[in-house]
Amino acid sequence: MGSTSSTLAKIPNAEDLMQETGFTPAHLVRLYDRFKVLDKDKKGFLTPQDFVAIKELAMNPICDRIIGAFFTSGGETLDFPSFVRILAHFRPIDKNRPKEPTSPDPINSRSNKLKFAFQLYDQDKDGKISRHELLQVLRAMLEKQVTEEQLESIADRTIQEADLDRDDAISFEEFRKSLEKVNIDHKMSIRFLR
Amino acid sequence: MTLLPRLSLALTLLVVFSELSQANILRSSSGSSSGSEGSPSTNVTSNSSTTITTLPIVTWKWHHVETPYLVALWVLVCWLCKLLAQLNARLKSFFPESGLLIICGFILGGIVWGADKAQTFKLEPRNFFYFLLPQIILDTGYFMPNKLFFSNLGAILVHAVIGTCWNAGAVGVSLWGCYLGGAMGDLNIGLLQFLLFGSLLAAVDPVAVIAVFEEVHVNEVLFIWVFGESLLNDGVTVVLYNVFDAFVSLGGSKINAGEIIKGIVSFFVVSFGGSLIGVAFAIIISLLTKYTGKVQIIEAGFIFVLGYLSYLTAEMLSLSAILSVTFCGVCCQKYVNANMDEKSVTAVRYAMKVFANGSETMIFVFLGVTAIDNVIWVWNTGFICLTILFAIVYRFIGVFTLTWMLNRYRLVPIEVIDQLVMSYGGLRGAVAYGLAASLDETRIKEKNLIISTTLIVVYFTVVIQGLTMKPLVKWLKVKRVEPTELKLIAKVNNRACEHILAAMEDIAGRIGDNWWTRGWKRFEDTYITWFLMKPEARKNKDYLFSIFHKLNLEDAVNYVAEGEKRGSLAFLRNGDRTNVDFDKKFGMEFSGVMPDITSELDYGIDNVPMTSIRRDSIPSVSLDIHEQDMKDMNEDFNAHHLLQQHLYRSRKNHRHKYSRSDFKINQSEDEVQEIFQRTMRSRLESFKSAKMGVSPAKKITKHPKPSQKMSNGKSTDTSKSYPYGDEGKASYWLLQHLLMCLEFQVYFRVTFFFPNPAFMPEMDTPPPPWLTEVETDTSVAPSQRAQRQLPWSPTNLQRLTPLRISNRSTDSFVMADVPAAQDSPEEPPEDGSQQDGTHM
Repeated sequence: MGSTSSTLAKIPNAEDLMQETGFTPAHLVRLYDRFKVLDKDKKGFLTPQDFVAIKELAMNPICDRIIGAFFTSGGETLDFPSFVRILAHFRPIDKNRPKEPTSPDPINSRSNKLKFAFQLYDQDKDGKISRHELLQVLRAMLEKQVTEEQLESIADRTIQEADLDRDDAISFEEFRKSLEKVNIDHKMSIRFLR
Repeated sequence: MTLLPRLSLALTLLVVFSELSQANILRSSSGSSSGSEGSPSTNVTSNSSTTITTLPIVTWKWHHVETPYLVALWVLVCWLCKLLAQLNARLKSFFPESGLLIICGFILGGIVWGADKAQTFKLEPRNFFYFLLPQIILDTGYFMPNKLFFSNLGAILVHAVIGTCWNAGAVGVSLWGCYLGGAMGDLNIGLLQFLLFGSLLAAVDPVAVIAVFEEVHVNEVLFIWVFGESLLNDGVTVVLYNVFDAFVSLGGSKINAGEIIKGIVSFFVVSFGGSLIGVAFAIIISLLTKYTGKVQIIEAGFIFVLGYLSYLTAEMLSLSAILSVTFCGVCCQKYVNANMDEKSVTAVRYAMKVFANGSETMIFVFLGVTAIDNVIWVWNTGFICLTILFAIVYRFIGVFTLTWMLNRYRLVPIEVIDQLVMSYGGLRGAVAYGLAASLDETRIKEKNLIISTTLIVVYFTVVIQGLTMKPLVKWLKVKRVEPTELKLIAKVNNRACEHILAAMEDIAGRIGDNWWTRGWKRFEDTYITWFLMKPEARKNKDYLFSIFHKLNLEDAVNYVAEGEKRGSLAFLRNGDRTNVDFDKKFGMEFSGVMPDITSELDYGIDNVPMTSIRRDSIPSVSLDIHEQDMKDMNEDFNAHHLLQQHLYRSRKNHRHKYSRSDFKINQSEDEVQEIFQRTMRSRLESFKSAKMGVSPAKKITKHPKPSQKMSNGKSTDTSKSYPYGDEGKASYWLLQHLLMCLEFQVYFRVTFFFPNPAFMPEMDTPPPPWLTEVETDTSVAPSQRAQRQLPWSPTNLQRLTPLRISNRSTDSFVMADVPAAQDSPEEPPEDGSQQDGTHM
């Protein structure tokens, strides 16, 4: 593609971004185009409202949390590098890539993927998923037929399964341990970002 | 092990017997056909033309029963072979069962041949395709892991269609080339015949593949690839076979471009048409099961009849019958399982397995039996060796090329080792033989050569490759299935991940896999489930919740199993009595209802479709407990008292004990409701009185939730004391009762550990001395007996602690309409759950 290189030139710090996230130039260009589409007013950054405007996303039961994950720093704006960094979580782990000693833990590593999932539960950012937080997520995700009672029971049992130190909350370490057997790479990767 | 020789002896006797009788028929039938009708023969007394002089008391009527008798006898013999193969554990550990069965077939065939000097029994293509194959395919379709299947459907189709065509063409053309080169001597066979042969040999056989791959537990992606391919390519191979068969009968000269295009068109019409018929029948089945609740006892049969009809219908329209019945099974399973009663679902599952395994066994045995026949064997070393070579080599080439292409588009590429196993797993089987045997001898002159070569290839792949498969998988260190513990948190997280991925695809603006999955799910939720599912089934089908429920039931079973392992269920005794002992004690009074309920409870557990629960771990009536109870007269009295209060007294005493059309005959809907209402009321009362109790109340709050909610329910809506009135569904009731019994246990245990007179309002006798002791001592060591029961440390019962939740979930089932529990003074202490385990 001839246009790839020309568009790439427009992206600020493209080289660094590719180095950091592992995206190919083609990916980066595509994401940049998407970024511009989402940024309707040509502000140069995205706001939560830009995300809500995506029709399909608005129907997602946990969309507010996912949008929140893009705006972790508390600000209301998201520039292109941050946008790419978040999406880089969902690149499949590539086995063939030689490990560089400078960056031992790439963004799409297993623990980073898990951390991303964890922070969606942990809304108050105290490093623990409390019963209340879990219940909120469950309430959003489960279908309407499940009653509040059942939700509470499910939340209780879920916490019991993971809770090792019996503090009635799941810390990240506990979260990681209880999902040890799960192939996170499969569950949290998107094919076209490969 | 001593059983083994005896069994084999019995087997041989059986076969010899069947042989003798067979020989008899042959002789007698040939005798009668030669026109000697009037002559009295020794064993044909039933002959109508024989004038009888006196009333015969018993007569020998072999001819009346001949065919069904022989069929039944052969079924028995084949199944005994399977039993024999399974009994020998050492042999079984390295020899695949399918291979053993074929060898059994050789032996049986040898006996038959020795008796008759000819092979009187062989696998007829007609019998194979109409009576043995359909149930196997239906079974595989019905038990197909749907999610896995559909997420790999693209790859499976590529392998099944392109791979099979490649195999058929390459094998046919190469053999033809070798034939022209003179490797096989003089044969009356042309290119088209070679292609026909190639096509019948191209398909990997589902029966053989399942038999071998189920023993080596390879990872699920590899399994679904091989398995799905073997299922779908059967359809393809039958189509190819028909096309080439038609070409052969047309003759080489008449084949032009038009005919070839017609062949390609018919290929698509036949396979897609077959699949569509299957889907149509799946819809019919699902719709039917919406209403078959009224005839629950034969509900399960509909699946089989309609599945078989889908096979026959496709066959009638000359569409692919195998594809039809596969898709019928795949598509209907979800709705059938949701619509039918749990008992019927269990019935279908087991019956399906019985049919499928039974006919699979017969197929393998008969593949062996058929071989012992001097008529079919035509040996041509060049032809046979080259066929085996080409079949294997082209399989490898095909798999590697196609996988290489597919890997470029896969999130997780298939590894080389997996590809090796997949190629090596290209077992040919009975379908190939069936197709070869149904060739028309007038058109294909070398039919016998084709049959014998096919048989050799089948034996080679099933026995040799099957035998080496396990060592190969071990040696190559193929990724196996990891037995993972089912965890709720993992499932919860999976659900979250699905949403996250879908959201990310939306944000990145690309249509990916998750988009399709989600789109389909939405469509299914809005339209298909509405159309095909019962309203009740729709109501509680949330996957996470069903996992949760399943886990709790598993825990309940483990809990009891643990208790039994420790020699006694004494820790459960107080509660258990309600469903264990009473039918002996109060057998006279409650003869109508109660035995029924206990058996229902057993079913209730067993019914839940979960694999990890062993049947034998379900508590049966334990005599030990009973005897122990008899010694303990004091408790006995308490129990008696409790039971009299809580048990439901049957209204009608004269009811039938037997009904052909229903299992649960001795209860009506009203009764169920009444039992339920009474239980609720009594629990409410006991809770109220418990509130008034002083010192033990603190302990009782360990199980506060149920009662607490009870009071909520009562206070908010007294008129609606039975919120579940419209739920007449039996399984629901079962569930409630099962869990309610658990709850009862909890209650009774509490009463016994910390006996509170308030719990038994009508008990006038002063509490025995050890009771007062307890009330002063608030720590957990009340009585001698309780001390005896306290070996439960939190560590060994940690797994079981969630049982408390299972009690609670009862109420969430029961009190579906009740608003969320408000905070009340009896809110349990935070560590309640942990302490709970200590004395459960």
